Amino acid sequence: MFNNFFHRMASPKHFYGLAGILIPWLAVPCLLLTLAGLYYGLVKAPPDYQQGDSYRIMFIHVPAAWMSLFIYIVMAGAGAIGLIWRIKLAEVVAISSAPIGASFTFLALITGSIWGKPMWGTWWVWDARLTSELILLFLYLGVIALNNAIDDKRTAARAVAILALVGVINIPIIHYSVEWWNTLHQGPTVTKFDKPSIHLSMLIPLLLMAVAFKLYYAFVVLMRARCEVLERERNSGWVKELAEKT
Amino acid sequence: MNSDSLTRAFLILIRRDLMLAVRHRAEMANPILFFVLVTSLFPLGIGANPALLQAVAPGVIWVAALLAALLSIENVFRSDFEDGSLEQYLLSSHPVSVLVLAKITAHWLITGLPLLLISPLLGILLGLPVDAIKVLFITLLLGTPVLSLIGAVGVALTVGLRKGGMILSLLVLPLYIPVLIFASSAVDTAAAGLPVTAHLSLIAALLLLALSLSPFATAAALRVSLS
Repeated sequence: MFNNFFHRMASPKHFYGLAGILIPWLAVPCLLLTLAGLYYGLVKAPPDYQQGDSYRIMFIHVPAAWMSLFIYIVMAGAGAIGLIWRIKLAEVVAISSAPIGASFTFLALITGSIWGKPMWGTWWVWDARLTSELILLFLYLGVIALNNAIDDKRTAARAVAILALVGVINIPIIHYSVEWWNTLHQGPTVTKFDKPSIHLSMLIPLLLMAVAFKLYYAFVVLMRARCEVLERERNSGWVKELAEKT
Repeated sequence: MNSDSLTRAFLILIRRDLMLAVRHRAEMANPILFFVLVTSLFPLGIGANPALLQAVAPGVIWVAALLAALLSIENVFRSDFEDGSLEQYLLSSHPVSVLVLAKITAHWLITGLPLLLISPLLGILLGLPVDAIKVLFITLLLGTPVLSLIGAVGVALTVGLRKGGMILSLLVLPLYIPVLIFASSAVDTAAAGLPVTAHLSLIAALLLLALSLSPFATAAALRVSLS
């Protein structure tokens, strides 16, 4: 029975239907949590005693940075599943995740640099975390470029999976080498944003936003995957039926 | 298939590639010329102040080495892909990862080793102290094989594409960053007269990791590219 369930789930047709049902159930809570998180973060939470109001950008920045790494790991995991068990759907999820992950990485970089302007007095510092986030963005762009360069979608998906796996092994190495490089060259500076034990009134909106971002990823990846499935299965019977119905 | 014939296949493949390289000697010189040229552009660009040159020398030499490695790595599978021998490797009864390792070894002997041998000269040109030049040599000895091993994965992924060159640099350069960081800071540290054992151990660790994982990833990528 269990096996049967997975087989049905992995068939593109069932996935298409199920994802269509799931999307509103993920999107509405995401919207509500975002509104609640923004309200508590921007209105309710007190200003920081050192950073004033500008710390509030962290309610976007920190969840975005978490998501950037999380999505890369999901992408590599889905790619590995697709590579090993040849499950088409896992390939679709891996491919669909890449642009979303790249957007989150970009968002984390942009918000980080906007925060850095009043705090550090400059838009960009070669801080260890910013730098490794930038490299992560390059890794995402490599995945997207490779996917676009290969015409055959299934070949592209397998190539992307290998690249994502190589990348996922390298991410910790890159992260620690960058951190090490930075401390070697600059020593401990003001840029080191040591996390103080965060107050509950700031932690709650942060967690709300983090969950909201996760839900956002979940429903957007389903939307993208639905579209990708339709494109890949455009010659199959059920897609034609679907097209004739509408 | 016993291990004797595997060793033989490994050695034959290296010999074949070396022989091919010797017969195209002019191509062999290109990466070295590129390496020397790029490095000598920096004094022209930033001024010939010896203190400044010495400060930037480790980074400059290593960035030039990265670019030279990137420029030459495409040849590791390109010609074999074009004349079809790559498909024969995949069809052979030997494990593809071992054959791939032979290809990478040969490629390093052809392009990495000359970079290594010319590097002390560049160190002298940029005014590095002798101790730092020794360390530069060791970092290149440990680091350039890593570049070849990582680059081979990228080439295997893009070898079937018509315009693989730009994508290759996008795929491979971010993965080169740890080597660049450890190697250039090792040379920096040596120039400051401090011990560098930790740096060298880390580069050696990267080499071992790349050596044990890259052939499998490259073999898998070749199978995808040729499917």
